Amino acid sequence: MIKEQFPDEVLDIREFRGQVAVTVKKSRILELCRYLHDEPSLFFDFPADLFGIDYLGKKENRFAVAYNLYSVKHRHRILLKAEVSESSPTIDSVLPVWAGVNWHERECYDLFGITFTGHPDLRRILLPEGWEGHPLRKDYPLKGPGPDQEWQGFTDVLDRAERYKEFEWHG
Amino acid sequence: MDNLFDDTENTFETKQLTVSLGPQHPATHGVLRLDLDLNGETVVKCTPYVGYLHRGIEKLGENKTYFAALPLSDRLDYISSMNNNVGYVNAVEKLFGIEAPERAKFIRTMVAEMGRLSSHIVWLGTHVLDIGATTPFLLAMTAREKILDLFEILCGARLTVSYPRIGGVRNDISQQFLDELYAFILDFPSRMDDYETLVTENRIWKERTVDVGIISAEEAINWGLTGGTLRGSGVDYDVRKYAPYDAYDKVDFKVPVGIKGDCYDRYLVRVGEMREATKIILQCIEKLPAGPVMAEAPKFTLPPKDLVLKDMEHLIHQFILITKGPTVAEGEVYVGTEVPKGELGFYFISDGSGKPYRMRVRAPSFVHASVMPRLCEGGLLADVIANIGTIDIVLGECDR
Repeated sequence: MIKEQFPDEVLDIREFRGQVAVTVKKSRILELCRYLHDEPSLFFDFPADLFGIDYLGKKENRFAVAYNLYSVKHRHRILLKAEVSESSPTIDSVLPVWAGVNWHERECYDLFGITFTGHPDLRRILLPEGWEGHPLRKDYPLKGPGPDQEWQGFTDVLDRAERYKEFEWHG
Repeated sequence: MDNLFDDTENTFETKQLTVSLGPQHPATHGVLRLDLDLNGETVVKCTPYVGYLHRGIEKLGENKTYFAALPLSDRLDYISSMNNNVGYVNAVEKLFGIEAPERAKFIRTMVAEMGRLSSHIVWLGTHVLDIGATTPFLLAMTAREKILDLFEILCGARLTVSYPRIGGVRNDISQQFLDELYAFILDFPSRMDDYETLVTENRIWKERTVDVGIISAEEAINWGLTGGTLRGSGVDYDVRKYAPYDAYDKVDFKVPVGIKGDCYDRYLVRVGEMREATKIILQCIEKLPAGPVMAEAPKFTLPPKDLVLKDMEHLIHQFILITKGPTVAEGEVYVGTEVPKGELGFYFISDGSGKPYRMRVRAPSFVHASVMPRLCEGGLLADVIANIGTIDIVLGECDR
C-alpha cells in the first residue's frame, strides 16, 4: 500500500520472521508518516520507537533513522527505515505527527549526530552538555576518546580534588 | 500593626522562581533532575534532565556476543531484572529462529510475574512514601524480601539475576522453590488486602491523587505511553494479550483498565495487576509441564555444563559458541514484552556474525519521563511528586 502512494520513495521491502521492514528515502518522510498515521486501514497511532543506525562501510548512505510504528487498533507493526547520508545528516522531524518521538529524536541527535529539522528543542539528552562526539557511531571508540580528550566537566572535578587535597589548618 | 496585612494581595510581589528538583533527591526515584519554573506553587514550566545514569548499554551490546550481552539487560530496570531478561531472550530467540521448550516457557512466565510483583511492591511503597504515607513502604518490602529470597533459592542472585537464558532457562526449579512459592502466593492476597486497606479508600490519598496528572487515551497513545501509565487512561494495550509470548496465551488473566487517566486510576490499575499476577503464578504452578528447560538447538544454545566438563566435543562446542558467537541469519527483528514499567522492546539488527550489529533497547521509562512536562505544567508543586510516582520510572532503564 505504501508503494502505491509513495512509489519513488520506497527503496526496499523485506520480511524476516514475520515482521515487515520498509526502507525509504528521507525526502518525504513527514508526509509518509502522516499518511501512515491517518490512513484508516493502517492507522499507526503508536510511536513505539525512533532510533538511528550506523552502517559504516556497509551501505552507501551511512546512517538510517528507524521508526518502529504500531497500531493499537489493528494490532500490526511496521519497521520503517529512512536513509540518511553522511554528507547531509539531517532529516525532518516527525514531531507534528506523534508527540512521543520528542526525546527519541533528541537521543538520536545526541548519539549519532543526525539533526532533526523542525524539532523545537534539539540538544543533548543522555550525555552531558559540552560533550564532543557522537558515541554510538561505529568509529567512536568503545572506551572513550582517551585520557587527553576527556570531557571538560570530568577534568574540572579532578582539578578540584587535586586542589582540595591539602587541607590547611588555620590556627 | 493592623495595617501590616492590609492590601497584602495588592502589594505582594511574586517572582517566578526556578527550582531544581535536583538529581539527588529522595523522591525522584533515581537520578532524575527536574527544573521547575514556579509561580508561587504553580508549575509554569517543567524541564526534565536525564542521562545521569547513562552507561552506554547499546554500544556495549554491539561489542559482545548475544550470550555475553544478556547480563546487560539485567541492569536496565534493576528492580525487575527477570522481566528484562525475558524480553531480551525472547527477542534473541526470535532472531535465531529457535523456541524454548514448554517447561521453560512456563517457568519464565512464572518468574516474570514474580518480578512484576516485586517491581509493583517497590512502586507502591515509594509512591505512597513520597506522598506522605510512611507505613506501607516497609510493610510491602517484607513481601518483596520473600520474593528475592525465592530468587536466591532459584538461581543464586537476588537482584540482577541472569536466569532466563537464550533457549530456555539456566537451571531447573527445585521442589523447595515450588513449595515456598506456593505458600507465599496463597498468603499474598491477604497482604494485598492489608496494603489496600491503608491506601485505597484513604481520604488523604484520594485528595492527592484523584484528578491529578490526567491524560486522555488518544494523547497517551500519541505520546507512546505503555503499561500501567497507559492503561489508567482506558486503553487496554497489554503486550501479553496483544502479542503473547512465552506461556501467556495458556494462562487466564484479566487486564485492569482505568477510566479517567489520573494518578488514582493508575494506582488502581497497578494494584489490580498485582492481584492478576498472583493468579498467573498459581496457574503456572498447577500447569507446569515436565520436560527439558533448554532448547535442543546445538547451533544456538550452550550445551549442559556437566557434559562440557566431561566430554571433549561439548567442550569445543561451548568454546566456539562463547568466543566466536553463534552464526545468525542476517536480518532484523523487534520483540516487545510487557515489563512492569511498560513495553520493553529489543530491536536487533544482525549482520551474520555472533555479535549484534545494532542492539536497540526501547525503554518505557524513557518515554514516560518525557511526558512529565505535559503532566506537570499547570499543576501544583505537590502534584509533581505524585506524577513522578505515578509514571513509575526507573532511571536505569531510562538512561540505559
